[in-house]
Amino acid sequence: MFDTIIQLCDATLRVSAPLLLACLAGLYSERAGIFDIGLEGKMLAGAFAGASAAAVSGSAWVGLLVAILAAVALALVHGFASITHRGNQIVSGVAINFIVAGTTIILGQAWFQQGGRTPSLAGAARFEGITLPGAEAVRGVPILGPIYSELLSGHSILVYVAFLMVPLTWWVLFRTRFGLRLRAVGENPAAVDTAGISVTWLRYRAVIITGVLTGMAGAYLSVAQNAGFVKDMTAGKGYIALAALIFAKWKPVPAMFACLLFGFLDAASIRIQGSPVGIVTWLPPLVLLVTALVLLGYAKLKMLPVILGSLAAGVVAYLLAVVLQPYGPPPVRVPVQLINALPFILTVILLAGFIGKAIPPRAGGVPYVKER
Amino acid sequence: MAEAAIQLIGINKSFGAVRANRDINLEVERGTIHGIIGENGAGKSTLMSILYGFYQADSGEVHVGGKATSIHTPNDAIAAGIGMVHQHFMLVENFTVIENVILGAEGEPLLNASISKARSELQRLEREYGLEVDPDAIIEELPVGLQQRVEILKALFRGCDILILDEPTGVLTPAEADHLFRILKMLKDEGKTVVLITHKLREIMAITDTVSVMRQGTMVATRKTSETTVEELAELMVGRRVLLRVEKGEAKPAGVKLSVKDLTVKDSRGVVMVDGVSLEVRAGEIVGIAGVAGNGQSELIEAISGIRKAEAGTVLLDGKPIDVTGHADPGELRDRGLAHVPEDRHHVGLVLAFEEAENSVLGYHDKPQYLRGPFLNIEAIHADAREKIEKYDIRPANDRLKTANFSGGNQQKIVLAREIEQDPGVLIVGQPTRGVDVGAIEFIHKRLIAMRDAGKAVLLVSVELDEIRSLSDRILVMFAGRVVGERGPEASEGELGLLMAGVERQEAAE
Amino acid sequence: MSTPFAKLPRWADYGLIPLINLLVAFIVAGIVVLLVGENPLKAAAVLVEGAFGSGQNLAYTLYYATTFIFTGLAVAVAFHAGLFNIGGEGQAYIAGIGVAAVCLTFDGILPWWLTFPLAIVASAVVGAAWAFIPAYLQARRGSHIVITTIMFNYIAASVMVYLLVNVIKPAGSMAPQTRDFLEGAQLPKLGWLFEVFGLSVRSAPLNVSFLLALFMAWVVWLLIWRTKLGFEMRTFGFSPKAARYAGIGEARVTIVAMLISGGLAGMMALNPIMGDQHRMQLDFVSGAGFVGIAVALMGRSHPAGIIAAAVLFGALYQGGAELAFEMPNVSRDMIVIMMGLVILFAGALEHMFRPTVQTIFASLSPRSMGVPAPKGEGA
Repeated sequence: MFDTIIQLCDATLRVSAPLLLACLAGLYSERAGIFDIGLEGKMLAGAFAGASAAAVSGSAWVGLLVAILAAVALALVHGFASITHRGNQIVSGVAINFIVAGTTIILGQAWFQQGGRTPSLAGAARFEGITLPGAEAVRGVPILGPIYSELLSGHSILVYVAFLMVPLTWWVLFRTRFGLRLRAVGENPAAVDTAGISVTWLRYRAVIITGVLTGMAGAYLSVAQNAGFVKDMTAGKGYIALAALIFAKWKPVPAMFACLLFGFLDAASIRIQGSPVGIVTWLPPLVLLVTALVLLGYAKLKMLPVILGSLAAGVVAYLLAVVLQPYGPPPVRVPVQLINALPFILTVILLAGFIGKAIPPRAGGVPYVKER
Repeated sequence: MAEAAIQLIGINKSFGAVRANRDINLEVERGTIHGIIGENGAGKSTLMSILYGFYQADSGEVHVGGKATSIHTPNDAIAAGIGMVHQHFMLVENFTVIENVILGAEGEPLLNASISKARSELQRLEREYGLEVDPDAIIEELPVGLQQRVEILKALFRGCDILILDEPTGVLTPAEADHLFRILKMLKDEGKTVVLITHKLREIMAITDTVSVMRQGTMVATRKTSETTVEELAELMVGRRVLLRVEKGEAKPAGVKLSVKDLTVKDSRGVVMVDGVSLEVRAGEIVGIAGVAGNGQSELIEAISGIRKAEAGTVLLDGKPIDVTGHADPGELRDRGLAHVPEDRHHVGLVLAFEEAENSVLGYHDKPQYLRGPFLNIEAIHADAREKIEKYDIRPANDRLKTANFSGGNQQKIVLAREIEQDPGVLIVGQPTRGVDVGAIEFIHKRLIAMRDAGKAVLLVSVELDEIRSLSDRILVMFAGRVVGERGPEASEGELGLLMAGVERQEAAE
Repeated sequence: MSTPFAKLPRWADYGLIPLINLLVAFIVAGIVVLLVGENPLKAAAVLVEGAFGSGQNLAYTLYYATTFIFTGLAVAVAFHAGLFNIGGEGQAYIAGIGVAAVCLTFDGILPWWLTFPLAIVASAVVGAAWAFIPAYLQARRGSHIVITTIMFNYIAASVMVYLLVNVIKPAGSMAPQTRDFLEGAQLPKLGWLFEVFGLSVRSAPLNVSFLLALFMAWVVWLLIWRTKLGFEMRTFGFSPKAARYAGIGEARVTIVAMLISGGLAGMMALNPIMGDQHRMQLDFVSGAGFVGIAVALMGRSHPAGIIAAAVLFGALYQGGAELAFEMPNVSRDMIVIMMGLVILFAGALEHMFRPTVQTIFASLSPRSMGVPAPKGEGA
């Protein structure tokens, strides 16, 4: 039973990582006042470019670099349309998603002749899992051993990067000059302009960061999590990341929990495909994540109490589930589609203002024009 | 003779066809408070935005501290020691005070260090100028007066020697305004130069050393404050315009058509703009509301005509109430015979992308004569539009032309024709001749008089004193959201000017 | 919105600029074709031949165009009210339930010409219902309609998969789709229309819903420019302030416009389900909802423009299929790229070439340009 939970959580981390990278990518752009529904497209471009470059060069790192370059190029197109030409940001994002969806397939077919796939990656062309120091040694220790050696250890470098990006993003946003200006330009660009800072350049830098992170998210999909690119491999992850961003109210730490929640739903949906699942498996992680989200988003608590509180809630839920199992509900058969749709349903409920209010950056979506 | 802190030489600036600044020359002495006064639209804010690098002048030179300085961006202005407090605050509302202060002047890439430096600098400024404000407060939770103080702190933090304030007291209570003036005097004593843009004569007289008057984009005069009078300034500001006399007979006022009692209206920022106003308009008279723009006239007519929710008060139309504090529906008010020519014809009164004919029924599009079931009766609408074009001499006489392609005067005629030809019992008119050529002005004035003579009640709001004087049968003067006086049409310009400047009220209070 | 009323002759505004945008989109697409090692000009020739070269090809082109007219109109109606309905995809998908329900119930009882009207109503009602929730949330709770309609696309996809796999699928069948409809729910083809001209359409699925699409385009034109409701929608779309002044209720216009938009998107389901496949299967919309965005942008939200743009995209679809035969490297996904490029150049970058065009026009005939209208008198 415990093993099942560990496996579920392990899978959650793996599927959350690209969501998290894309979500943080969106955070930079939208915090700067540029809405980006093109996360999906940039991620897909990154996945394709990364897998192609890795296949050709035989190096995963080259793949990552090229993935980033491709996504940044698209981010610049978005910037050119929405910052320089003050075009509609939504329209531009939609356009990019389509251009990429078509281009990846066409180029993939033309270059590799495998029905839109890229060649299978192996060895140095793929990011392998990293075994954390001492992981083997502690495997035998009860409870903590598996948590360390199976849950925390053994992921690809990009998973760790994704989760390290959370404190880094928080730090950049709230502890650096750049972050201050970035947040300001998304709220009131006129204030930034009159303070003698270039609104245009600031916003361009934000969308470039968005490009870098979506490129990493894409590379993770095709060069780490999978061994190559397949057609439409993002499958809506960019939009889930967007939903997570709204759910997290454009804040980095809640963004992580939202991505974990949505990633958990994804991992769970794969696991429970068809077969009924007992409450011991799904209840504890779900309780943990929901508690964390609620505590973070809606009661303004500091990090430590939030982490401890949610962990405690998870443990309590686990014990409760174990005790209740014989008497409690029989294993449930949840339609997998319901779980797939849950991130979107939850986001709509949030947007409707029934659980707190998601207030986007105030200047979001509005091209900056000097007023007279 | 002290040296000049700022010298502007031959500044010109046009926005499209509008010449906002024509050949402006201005010299501001170091260590003084220099007032720039003028009506709304006189070009004061444009001039100062040029000085602050927010706009580029079409031609002309700027000298700061005696040196020719090219100011292309706010950054250049800041570097030249110029700071500006904008009329609409340039603050990030969900940031703290200190974050707003350091924005753009952080000094180093990491915030902790710059914040602690700023903290001690703010303490110094607080000590020196009495500019107290909690550095960790969130802007949107502060009252407007304190928000403005943050704007001043921003400028001082950047080490400005010259501080420009654009209509700083517009949003302040009298007590807050007095506090601001004390701060400005302290700044002057420290050797800073202050430029104060305002349309309030009282402020000019109270704290400036020198005053320059702007009118219609030109600089008409500069005086030492001690050597001028309120009367002179009022006259310079308003100007002796060619009086457009309108032939009109004696008014024959009948019963009350529109009655407003204790109406209170707030603007979108929550500032009280109309403060317990009561007035009556009778059939067969024109009641003019005079006042410097921004004293609540706009909000007053918006509330009466149902497009802005009022906080309190009652409005009766033909003795029956209008739900001004609830869901007043402009469409329903039209049915009840209340027509409204809004001040902002570009965004409110007209849809510029529409054909002329479409605008000629806007708001009346659901009247049976323009409909055929759920369909628009296109023939009727166009016939009607052509009739109005003829009657009001709207040019070009093309009812299918996009409204944006008409001149200001003709656009205004489209609105007037639409509202007047519905034969309303009450007509509310805001700035009927703003941006309208002289020929059209005369025409519009005659129309309004004709409405009166036909026994309609007309409520006229205008910042053009001439217009108010030549059209109105009774004149109400609004100042700071209140009606501060009522005069007959024979009242002199000077007398009304003083009322508009809030002078009499001030004296009465003392 | 920065230069909304810059003066260009009407034909330049509605013809020349879209044409330039389209041309640039084609040039960029040509570069992609070059990248995969094919000759763009030859590809274009194959594409045109494939789209219009024979009766069958033309019929296929119009079959696809039918779908795009519906979704394009849906997007355009919302545009006129200042709303961006990205949810056409989901609305059309869900509306399939309505169509399928009518077809499965009546296909053995009624002739097609009785089933069809019922199915039209059902598709529109279900599509509108799916659009209602985002509309309501926008009008009453201020939730951004772009985001909610995106979310509803995904929710719709999940709902449909669930229904097709678990509920609608006939017992004993493996494929997630309804049973095949009987004749009473199969729309007649329009082959005869072509035979008049001596063309043969063979198996092409062009059917009477094409006529319905043309009819709806006319209805939308009527709605937008000839009804009180359309007048109110346009007023609100251009200037919410003017709408308030004119006594036009914001919430009502938002909701009604979205209902109409959703209904039009829903009608798209008729074409593939009743006109071609004669059953409802997974993913029958296959992106047509999104094509509608490109079609509406390209057609400048005018029904006539939308029909033209829909035929253009239909031609790309059909010609693209032929192209994929001739040049295996240039698969049908080329159309997706074209669509994206058109959205980019005709939508997000629509003003990029405008200043240049204006300058050229101004230098050609200064008098036709006039002075730009003053933006206001305040300083």
